[in-house]
This record gives sequence, structure tokens and C-alpha cells, in this order.
Amino acid sequence: MHTENHLFSEDAALEHLRHYLPSQAPLKDFIHHNTLHAFQDKSFHQAMQEANTIFGYQTYMQLGEYQQAYARGAIKDEVLNRIIDQYRRPDESAATMREALLHSVPETDRSPRIGRLRSEWKHRYRVNLDKAIHPVLFRLACSFLDQGIAISPFPAAEQDFMRSLRALEAQSLLPLFRSKRAKELFFSDNLKMETLLELLVGDASLYERYLFDQQFAHPGWSGMIAVLEASPQALLQKRSIRLSDWINLELLLEIDALDRKFGVGTWQPLAGKAQAQKTPLFAPVEADPEFRLLQIWQEAYEWSYYDQVLRGLLETEPCKDPQPAARSFDAFFCIDDRECSLRRYVETLDSNCRTFGTPGFFNVPCYYQPEHGAHLTKICPAPMQPRYLIREYQTRSSKRTNDAHFTKRSHGLVFGWLISQTLGFWAALRLFLNIFKPGISPATSYSFSHMDKHAQLTIENRDPNDRIEGLQVGFNAQEMADCVEGLLRSTGLTEGFAPLVYMVGHGASSINNTHYAGYDCGACSGRPGSVNARAISYMANHIKVREILQERGIQIPASTIFIGALHDTTRDEIECYDVEAIPQEHKKLHEHNMQVLREALDLNAKERARRFILTDNSRPADEVHELVKLRSVSLFEPRPELNHATNTLCIVGRRNLTRQVFLDRRAFLNSYDPAKDSTGQYLQGIVGAAAPVCGGINLEYYFSRVDNYRLGAGTKLPHNVMGLIGVANGADGDLRTGLPAQMIEVHSPMRLMMIIEQSPELVLDVIRRNPATYNWFEQNWIHLVAIDTDRRQLWLFRDGAFHPYIPAITKLPHTADFRLLTDVSHEDIPVHLIQQSA
Amino acid sequence: MNPNLIINLFILIPAAGFLLSLFIPEHREVVLSRIAFLTAGSNLLAFVVFGLWWLFHGAVPLNIRDIYLYNAGPKDSFLLDFYFDRITAVYMITGSLLTFLITIYSRYYLHREAGYKRFFNTILFFYLGYTITIFGGNFETLFIGWEFLGISSFLLIAFYRDRYLPVRNAVKVFSIYRIGDLGILLAMWASHHLWHENITFAKLNNAQLVHDHLLNHSNAGVFISLMLLLAAAAKSAQLPFSSWLPRAMEGPTPSSAIFYGSLSVHFGVFLLLRTFPFWEHQISVRIIIGALGLLTSVVATSIARVQSSIKTQIAYSSIAQIGLIFVEIALGLEGLALIHFAGNAFLRTYQLLVSPSVVSYLIREQFYEKTAETGQSATKPLGRLRASMIMLSLREWNLDVFMNRIIFHPIKRIGHQLDFLKFKNVVFYFLPLYVAGLVGLYYRKSIPDMWLNILPIICSGLGLLMVLKSFSERNSPRLAWILLMMNHFWIALAVSFNDHFELSHTITYLSGIVVFGGAGLFSLFRLRREESGFFSLNRYYGHAHEHPRFAFIFLLACLGLMGFPISPTFIGEDLIFSHIHEHQFWLALFNSSGFIIGGISLMRIYARLFLGSHVKTYHPTAIQSS
Repeated sequence: MHTENHLFSEDAALEHLRHYLPSQAPLKDFIHHNTLHAFQDKSFHQAMQEANTIFGYQTYMQLGEYQQAYARGAIKDEVLNRIIDQYRRPDESAATMREALLHSVPETDRSPRIGRLRSEWKHRYRVNLDKAIHPVLFRLACSFLDQGIAISPFPAAEQDFMRSLRALEAQSLLPLFRSKRAKELFFSDNLKMETLLELLVGDASLYERYLFDQQFAHPGWSGMIAVLEASPQALLQKRSIRLSDWINLELLLEIDALDRKFGVGTWQPLAGKAQAQKTPLFAPVEADPEFRLLQIWQEAYEWSYYDQVLRGLLETEPCKDPQPAARSFDAFFCIDDRECSLRRYVETLDSNCRTFGTPGFFNVPCYYQPEHGAHLTKICPAPMQPRYLIREYQTRSSKRTNDAHFTKRSHGLVFGWLISQTLGFWAALRLFLNIFKPGISPATSYSFSHMDKHAQLTIENRDPNDRIEGLQVGFNAQEMADCVEGLLRSTGLTEGFAPLVYMVGHGASSINNTHYAGYDCGACSGRPGSVNARAISYMANHIKVREILQERGIQIPASTIFIGALHDTTRDEIECYDVEAIPQEHKKLHEHNMQVLREALDLNAKERARRFILTDNSRPADEVHELVKLRSVSLFEPRPELNHATNTLCIVGRRNLTRQVFLDRRAFLNSYDPAKDSTGQYLQGIVGAAAPVCGGINLEYYFSRVDNYRLGAGTKLPHNVMGLIGVANGADGDLRTGLPAQMIEVHSPMRLMMIIEQSPELVLDVIRRNPATYNWFEQNWIHLVAIDTDRRQLWLFRDGAFHPYIPAITKLPHTADFRLLTDVSHEDIPVHLIQQSA
Repeated sequence: MNPNLIINLFILIPAAGFLLSLFIPEHREVVLSRIAFLTAGSNLLAFVVFGLWWLFHGAVPLNIRDIYLYNAGPKDSFLLDFYFDRITAVYMITGSLLTFLITIYSRYYLHREAGYKRFFNTILFFYLGYTITIFGGNFETLFIGWEFLGISSFLLIAFYRDRYLPVRNAVKVFSIYRIGDLGILLAMWASHHLWHENITFAKLNNAQLVHDHLLNHSNAGVFISLMLLLAAAAKSAQLPFSSWLPRAMEGPTPSSAIFYGSLSVHFGVFLLLRTFPFWEHQISVRIIIGALGLLTSVVATSIARVQSSIKTQIAYSSIAQIGLIFVEIALGLEGLALIHFAGNAFLRTYQLLVSPSVVSYLIREQFYEKTAETGQSATKPLGRLRASMIMLSLREWNLDVFMNRIIFHPIKRIGHQLDFLKFKNVVFYFLPLYVAGLVGLYYRKSIPDMWLNILPIICSGLGLLMVLKSFSERNSPRLAWILLMMNHFWIALAVSFNDHFELSHTITYLSGIVVFGGAGLFSLFRLRREESGFFSLNRYYGHAHEHPRFAFIFLLACLGLMGFPISPTFIGEDLIFSHIHEHQFWLALFNSSGFIIGGISLMRIYARLFLGSHVKTYHPTAIQSS
């Protein structure tokens, strides 16, 4: 039967599969994204129910968790009542709905549609294909893709996956396939997926469904292969693998296993025996009353927090910025929620400074090549395709020290014999030392080693022909001026510069952490932001750039100096770059500013420690800070920091909008001056970058939190590194995608609320300009609120338009000193108004 | 200083720590971890002091006849005996140091992990088993510790009991361990007859005595040695058992590090060192042990070279080194073997603990040194030999499949012959047969001698069949359970046909079966009532999610029925073995096989009902392949 079958198209099926498979990059490039991006064209709640019904993902918290949140007051009565009213049908009474919400217990069985067809092998043929095939399949893919764990390389790995396997199978005396039929198919020149499916399934209308069942039995590996097919450059050791080859291999192994068990030609395709699967995988999903309850709870849970924030923003009085004459410094931080509290401390300690938030690549889109580095690494947002390269030279310290414990030779027989009798005892001492006196070692991933602070960078292009791998080395004056102007205008700092302007990028340090790349700056593609911070400062200090900027209407006083710096968010340390360039008259001021920053870092570390239960945060700040630093180098610490946990807000506006509201490290803060952006040009850039980045982070945290088994990576304690590209549990498990439990356990799963300080008309206009971004808001994957520049009125975006919004919560608690809050509580802290002390 | 009392202390401290930890509530993390590291720490400290004193006083091996757990004549006794020499000393210092470090490490590492308490309970239980084993002065005492190790391994591998793979692998590893235990049981049985007593290891050091005994019983000597090697090879993941080791690394990394990276996996080495005086003069045995070690180290190295996951790679490298240690022991290099053991244990523990760092370390290394890896492999032609070696090593020499094919599939095949047995009818088959047996026993005197020889074998054979059926049962947990209880009754009957087996022994033996078996059966009835739709042996149900206490009680019942040292059955087993005559090899084999496979079947029942991904999906659950 070789008639062209319109019921199945291989390309379409693969495309469909790729759309739904997890799209997580290899470990070295961990980038946050919406885990359920495949459903993003649906409205949020609809998508949540479909994802559950089809794939079996838990997409909300458990009913019981919401009920507990209500009991402890995290869900407010007034908000719950308002949401009930919104959901209530005319014939329903609010009281019965409340009753159902508060006392329902979850259904026992919610078996998803995925996997049902293929489970018939087990039920009707009594054969467990996965048990026999998965270990071999994973082992082959992992060994082929391995980036450097195995000692002897995979044979013929420079060819593609299938060819490499064929080369191996052709020569090996131990066959991969024992069924002659499977072997012949494996070597046949025009192997078609359809041929294999015909043998296995038999009914073309079920082919695609079968493939979904099969691939979603191991979404981790399938997703990784789909990602590597699309972007092979994600691997340092080049490998070429196609999803179709991987699927064909699995189909062949299935045929082989069945042939072996039953004999060639004696078993019937699945369709013959399996009961017709009545509902197609993607058939419409009926509304489910339990999901309605979950939706109401989720909305109430979210709005119980949002309403506090919105009420807080309405209550703030625009406070005066300090007068320029008295200003001590301006500092730019990344919009990252981890910088939220540090800015708060800096401002509290020195009321003469100003802080700004902007994506941490500081508008310097480029690749970076460290000295002796054999590869280039992108240090700007992942979707950007930069044309520039910054190189490092004249490094003083070596970035790499070796550690014999990682040497592969310890796995050899003879050398291993020597090593285990010598180095073995050294290992005991090392372990002893690390447990009692942790310190930085070659195993540490250390943010400050991204760039040597004594080294030089080629930031300025001196010859347009100086190109490497198609990239221009450095920026010319015009391009530098573009970078600086874009940054200053979008954040609203175009006048009244302080004598010293700090550009503070951020990175993180950790040890024993496979997800280290997810700890660094997301806007720098998961790298520390030191190079960018140093580059933008160099540019802004450049005399030609200043001239060009002056022509374009931005006057930076000659006495103002920009200084690049890196904030290590794990260790709460700051390192400044090129400080020798600070003129004598500012040296004292710089010293004072550093003193402020150091003190702020101590306090920030102490505030963070409230979440680290095992760290005693009642001690003085500098002592707590030392304990916090130890976490980053302790082998036994699975939580060197808590990253973006609890992130909920993205606020685009002037700092004085948020300065008096205690937001507890939950907000991405992007500086923006609505008065200086009448066309929405800068807002467009900000929203276009912030919505997908912050939304991606937020949703990845959300899904990893609500279903850490299927959408998260589970606890990291048993993780085993597979081929340096991913982690799995144990020796034979599937790759785990999403975030490990240790990163999300304190997270409160709420969607992102984006708040923009600008007129609703302009905001609407701006978000409509970019359909991809608009979709996030339209389908409610991100909540959007505009606040008028006079801060009297809130506007909520719903169903394509802005509507006036009044928070249900009317009163907020006040605090004179937020440290009183952070010192005592380990939990989420409600929004407070911070009373300005005179 | 009275060394006898001090030696007791090294067992009592872990025992006290373990028991105490059972009563600490789950949320008292600090108390739990403190108990654990104080236990290991104080034992370590006490031992260092004692060890120095011992060294100063000439390092003479000590033997302490501790207490009789049961005493009815020289043959029918169960003596706890402790022994201390430099082997014990090295194992003690290495084990206590590592356990001490790991308990501190885990205090932070396991913070907030569900099962924090379970983890520390199990670590302490393991440590208790460890000390009993290394201080064991005779096979009986050593075997108590050995059993503790087996169970604690099972519990730690299945620590993430809400996922399928850890649970399946825990059962798998436990099964391999039990097969090793078969070796110890048979070695114990044969040595009873060789020595006519429960020989202490101290006596084995008497070369003249060993020599005299083996002179007339060289076959028995070889048999005992090979059984010991079986036990050692299984515990130390030597061929053909090697593939269990990487699969055991399912628990939190620190537990994998000390158990499977270092301590647990070196117990085969310990057993060989401990019994070295016994087989020292059997050249053939030494050649076999050396050859097995060498072969394992070559094969394991070839596997380690192609592994692309870090823990599997470390596991096989460790196996290879242990193979070399076997060689060293066979060559009589005890001192070198001890140094090698300690070094390998420390090294692999550390390598496993820092294994997550390998990503940033190696990626950084590659980033700075573009390696010509692909080019190199392209120039090397892929010959038949190399291709076959790679394929063979990638698939771990098919050891996993091999074990299934030669051991577990045949067991299942035989078991399925008895598929006519159902829970409802099993009693009707059992009762008449058993009553006939009892009648036979009553008129024992009038049965001809030839039949008297065969009857015990028939009875124990029937018992073994029950066990095989239980092991392969797919539906009824209650049937599987009852069959296991019946096995013990058959064994009791079989041995009763032999001379001089007193009723009191039988009562000792069966009392544990009745109490624990009854408790287990009662639990099964209750579970069936509460979870009627989710009750069979056809899949993993994960009932521990909703019934954690129930799971614990049922586990205790399993242990009791298994003849674990919490039940008088354990002593009964020992008595029974000493009453199986020298010429009754088949009886000994059936009996011990029933005991071994019965244990596996019990853990299988426990695992399938209570462990694995929860069958009810109203909360997040793991997929099969994770």
C-alpha cells in the first residue's frame, strides 16, 4: 500500500511535534522562556485546561493550596468576592460558589489523552516497549551528542546521527538490531517514517497521534533534539541531528523489539487491535467545573497581591528628586528583580543618589571573546543578532586553574590505580575543607572571572575591516553614540547628570550547580554583565561620543564620569572597572559612594538571608553577609541564591512611582520617563524587550512551581549530568526540563503584572505595534495596567481595551523602616507604604 | 581500658542514634541532622582514641564473645561475636569519617527535601549495619549487618519513591544483593558442617587449624570459598553483576556518593579480606578471584570510557578499581588493598559530590581550548573490533539483560506454571498436602529410609515453588503473600523430617512468620478495602503518597516475614540451616533459594503497592521515564 496518504504528512507532523516539545537549550545557554509557549495563542485559562487534558500537566496549584492560602489570608475576602462576581452566572448564587470554592476536594483521576493509544502495546500485547527501548535510545543520543564527558569519542560523530549510527552498526559484531527486517530498514536508503508507522500502527489517521504518544514519553530528549536541529550552534562540539532521524530510530527499535518477541510478520499493527481512540488528541476540550474553580482561585490569588501594589501606587505622593548640586551619584542596574532590594538600600542610605533600571546588556548588543577563548559568546538578549564583537586582551590573572579530580585520567585503569591511592586521600582533605571552610575553587562558576578586571577590551573599532567571523570588532563613534543615546533616552536620564554614573551589570557565582547559566543576567544571554557595563561606560566617557551626543541634544558635563561595575547577586559583592580613570577631584566621592554600596550590599545580603532558613539573619548585617558569601562556594548548598523566585511585577516608569512602596524583591523595574516619550518610541523598545523576557521568566517559574514533576526539573539532589547538555535522574532517565525544585519552592505562582506609567491611549497604541508582544497581553499571559502620569487613575487592559480600575483593597499598612519587616519574616511580605523620614 | 566494652560501644552508639532518630518528628530538621552527625562524630572520635590505644598496645586482634542470642547446645546457638583487627580498623576509620562528613554535608543539602527524616533514619541504619558487619566476629553476626545494609540500600535507592525508575532500580539492586546473600547462606551452611560449630573469624586465623580441616574436605573448602566470592562479587559489582552500580545512583547525590561510590560497594572487598586466611592456601580459588577481578577491571574500564553521563562513568571507574583490589587481595597484598580501598572510597565520594560542577568546569575548559576531537575520530578508521567494543561498552556488555535472562526469566517461567493457583483456591491445595505431610511426620518412624531422604527435599521443593509463584504473580498481592508464608511452613516440615529438630526450634522459627505474616495479611485486606480499584501487582501504585504510615507498617511486616533480624525467624533460619545435613545439598539450596527469592518477592510486593508514581493524578506526578 504505497498510495500517497493525505491523512499523514511527515513534515506537518514533525512541525506539530516541534511546536509542543519543550524548547530548552543545552545547560550552558540556559534561557528562560514560557514553558507552555505552544499554547500561547489561546487565552491563558483556556490553555491551562487544554494543557492538562491533553498532556496531563498540572497547570494551577492544588485546590487545597488555594484553600490554605485563603485561610492564612494570602487570598483576601474582598478580592475573592469581586472575582466570584465576575465569574458568576446569573442563575448562580455567590454563596454556593464560595461554598464550592472553600470545600471542594479534587477529583481522583484525570488521566490525560496523551499516551493512551500507545499504552495498548502494554494492555493488549503485553509488551513494555519503553522499558526495553528507552535506555538504549537515550544512551545512543547522549553518547552521540556528548560534549566531553566520555573519554573515547563517539565514532564518526562528525557525520549526522543516522550516518554515524549506520557506520557503527555496519562494523559492530554486536548488532543494535537483531531482527533482520528492522536492520534492512535501518540501512535502506530512502527510509520513510510512514513505512515504519504502517508496520507499527497501520492506520494513517493514527500516525501523528502515535508519534505524539511516543515522543511525549520522553519529552526531555525529544525536545533537546528538536532544539539542536534548529540551532546546532548551541553546541561547542558540533553535532548534526534531526528529529526525524531520532524518531525513525525509535520506531525501528520498536519494530525490532516486537519482531524479537513475536517473530516477524506474526504481530498485527496496533490499529487492528486497539480500540478506536474516539477523541483525537487535539479535539476541543470541554469546560470543566473543577477548572472553573481553579481559575477563580488563581485570579483571586493574583489580584489579592496586585491590588495591594496598585493601591500602593495610587497612594504615593510624587517625591522630589534630590537637587543636582547635592547629587552624589547615579547608578544604573539591571531591571532584574534581584536588584530591586539593592536599589532600595542604596537610596535609603544615600538620599542624594538616584538609581535607574534598564536591561542589563546596557544597550550594547555584541558577542564577546575572552582572551584565549576559542569560541564567541553572545552577551545580549537571545533573540538579538548582534553585528559586533568585543574582545578581551592583556589579561593578568589566569581564568582557568585545573583540578585533578575532574581529570578523565582518573577513570583509566592504571592511572586510576595510582590516583586513587594518592589523590584519593587528598580528596578526603578537600571534602573536609570544603565542608568546614568553603572557598573558591576551580569548580566554582565565578561571576568575576567572566572578564579580568585588569584586562583591556576592544570596545572601539579602529578599522572597519577588522572583522572576525563576520562580526565587526568594536563599535565606531556613531555606533557608540547610538548605544549611549538609546540607553539614556529610554531611561529618561538626559540631563542633570551626577559627577559619577555607575553602570552596574550583574552575574552570579555558584558551585555544584548545573543550572549556573540561569543565574546570570538574562539580558546578556545568561552571562554576567561586566563586559557590557564596562563597554557602555567607555562609550559614554568617549570624547567623540560626547560630541555627537551634544549634537543630538544630550549634554553630559565634562566632569561626569561613567564607571562600569559588576554586582554578584549571589555573593553581594561589587567590582568597579577602570577606576584609575576617575579624576582626582572625584576620588573622594567615589570612595564615599563605594562605602554606601558596600553597606547596602551587607544589608541586601541580610534581607536575602530571611529566605535562607538555615542562615541566622538576626546577626549584624556584615556577619550575615559573610554567611551568605559562604553559600556561593559551599558544595553542599543547593540554593546559593533564590534567583527570580517570587517575581510578579514589571513596572515601567519613573523611580519615584515605586520608591515609597515596599515590593519585597518581586519587581522588575525599568526606568522610563513618560514625559519624554510622546510618540511611544522608547516605550515600544522597553515593552518589546521586557514583555517576552520578564514574561518568560515569570511563566517558567509559574509552571515549574505548579508542576515540578512534568514542567519542572524536580529536585536537583539526584541529578546526573548527561553529556554536559542536560540533567537526568539516575542513569537511565529522560532529560529534565524546566527549573529544579530548589529554585522555585518559595515562588508564589502568579502571572506577571506589567504596570506602565503612561496614558492608556499611548500604551494601547504602542503594544499594538508589535503583534507578538500584543498576544501576551491579549490572551492574558501577562496582566497589563497603565497608570496615568498624574497618578490618579489606573487602567486595566482587558479584551483589547483599557478600562478604569479601582483596587478592591482600600487600605495598606505603613512602615517607617522596612527592615523591621524583613528581619522577622521568612514568608512573602504584603505590600507596605514606606513612610519617608524627613 | 576494657576493650570488650569499648567495642560494644561502637555498635551501641549507632544503634542508639538510629533508634533515637526514629522518634524525632519530621519537621525537626536540626535535631535529626544533629543526631546523625553526633552519632557518626562521637563514634569516630571514640574510635580514634581507642585505635591509638590499640596501636600502642601492639595492635593485637581482639575477639569478643559477646552474648548468646539463643543457646541450646553448641550446635543450636546463635552467638554475637565481635572481632577487631586492622581490617576492621581501616574500614571503621574510613566509614566513620565519610559518614560524619556526609551527615554534615546533607544537613544543608537535604534542607527542605520531602523525606528529610527518612534520609537520616536510613543513613543511620546503614551506619549501624556497617559497624555490625565490620566488627562481626563470625558469619552470623556479619550476616546481621549484611542484611541491614541490603535493606538500607533498598530504601536509599528508592528514596524518591514517587518516581518509577528509582523504585524499579531499588528492587533490581536489592535482587542482586539477595543473590549475593545466597552465597553467604550456603557458605554458612557448609562451614557449620566443616567446623561443627559457628566458627569465629579469629579461629580462621589459626593457619594450622584451617589446614587440618581442609585437608580432608577440600571440596567443601572450594565450595565455601566460591560462595563467598559470589557474595563478594555481587556486593562489589564485579562481573557479571556490575550493571547494578550505576542504577543504584538514584538517591540524593551524597547518599549515592557514600553508599555506591565508596562504602557499600567495598563490602565484597571486606568479605574477601576477612575470609582470606580461609582460602589463602587454596591456590585455585586465589586464581579465580584474581582472574575475576582482572577481567572486571578491564571490562569496566572499557565501559567507563564511553559513558556520557557523569555518575555512570564514575561508577564504572570505581568498579574497575575494585577489580584491581580483588587482584591485590588474591595476591595476598592485604596492606595495599586496604590503602587502595580507602583511597578509592575517598576519591569516588568526592568525585560524585562535585559531579554537578563538571558542567561549568568542562564547558569552560572547552571554551578555552578548542579540541580537535571530531577530527581525531574521523581519521581513525572504524574497524570491526573497535566498533564492536564501542557498541558492547555503550550497552554495558548487556550485563543487565544477561542477569535477567539467566536468573529472573527462568524463575518467572517456572512460577507461571502454577498460574492455576488463586487467592481463593490456594488454601484448598495447600491444606490437604500439608496435613498429609504432618501425618507423615507423625508416623516418621515407619517411613522407609529412602523416603525419609526424599521427603525433606519434596517439602522444601514445594516451598520453593510457592516462592517462585509468588515472585511471578501479577495479580493478587494476597496470594503472593500467603504463598510466601506457606514456604516457611514447608521448610519447617522439611527440616522436621531430619533428626533432632526440636519443636521449640520450630516454634522459634514459625512464631515470626505467624506474627509478621498475619500482620501483613491483615494490612493487605485493609488496603484492598480502602483502595479497591488500585490493588494488584501489575503496576506500581504509589499508595505511600496517601498512606505513609500504612506503608511503614507493611514494610515492617515484610521485613519480619523475610526473616530480617527483627523477627525470631532470623534465629530460626540459622538453626534450620545447622540441621540440614552435609549431604543434603539440594535441601540447603532449595531452602536458601526460597529464603532469598522470597525476600525479593516481598520487596516487590511492597514496591508495587506503595511505591512509584501515585496512581491518582489529582496532584503533580512523575512520568515513567523520569
